[in-house]
Amino acid sequence: MPHDHDHPHAHLPSDPALRVKALETILTDKGLVDPAALDEIIDTYQNKIGPKNGAAVVAKMWADPAFREEMLNDPMPRLQEMGLYGRQGEHMVFVENTPETHNLVVCTLCSCYPWPLLGIPPGWYKSDAYRARSVREPRKVLAEFGVTLADGQKVRVWDSTAEVRYLVVPMRPAGTEGLSEQDLAGLVTRDSMIGAGLALEPKT
Amino acid sequence: MNVRPEPAFEAPWHAQVFALTVALNEAGHFAWAEWADTFGATLKAHGVDRELDGGEDYFNAWLAALEVLLKKRGLAEAGMIEDMRSAWEHAYLSTPHGAPVKLQKA
Repeated sequence: MPHDHDHPHAHLPSDPALRVKALETILTDKGLVDPAALDEIIDTYQNKIGPKNGAAVVAKMWADPAFREEMLNDPMPRLQEMGLYGRQGEHMVFVENTPETHNLVVCTLCSCYPWPLLGIPPGWYKSDAYRARSVREPRKVLAEFGVTLADGQKVRVWDSTAEVRYLVVPMRPAGTEGLSEQDLAGLVTRDSMIGAGLALEPKT
Repeated sequence: MNVRPEPAFEAPWHAQVFALTVALNEAGHFAWAEWADTFGATLKAHGVDRELDGGEDYFNAWLAALEVLLKKRGLAEAGMIEDMRSAWEHAYLSTPHGAPVKLQKA
């Protein structure tokens, strides 16, 4: 389509975008933040960190019983070794799904989330609807995500805080005995590590 | 099955306000727990008369919370933020389309 109307000046960003620019300028001028550090933070969360990190850990837990034991007991030493430590992942707790209990993670206060393992949370995790309803009616919320729990399987909801973040270890699907850790990791979705999904079934 | 990952941030300013907050926390200007309390209270206030969807309105609350914290800490005063915002607006409106937008500093 031809661009036939005049643009006498640059496109004006939205009001919040202008306010963020203002804050960035003020804080940079005061020497409180370094623009290069800001770029580095954005690049990290946009391109480098994501649910693949958590999936690799879960796959290793499935494949290595001693590692699983350690992670359920206190995941921090091994996470530090693996370089999966840092911002908003300083104190992690891994909660394992079993035939008796399904775990679901929420942050009712704001949107606390284990960044080093899962990256930045999806929109629905941050929505009022999820934050309020996952505590009140978790089974209904799970059903909307397409997760139907077995009769008698309890749901336990974990409320993240600024101090403690939770990661759900989904149940290992049947028929995955021969798979490599890497192939197993491919079955571990972001949603399954929040508890809003199950691990994928292996391709036959 | 090949699921395309969702973008971490829907708009560039979401990423920028996120990075500013993380950088200030790391430089020790506020504790993350203090941030979470301020942000949680702002989300609650913004969600009183309507339900927030976790997208643009979530980052509007994020920005408002950051401004509150910066004012409280004396790191950026309200008048200063307003003036700088106007300066940027003026810079956009007076820069020819296609040219890089630069702030005219006094």
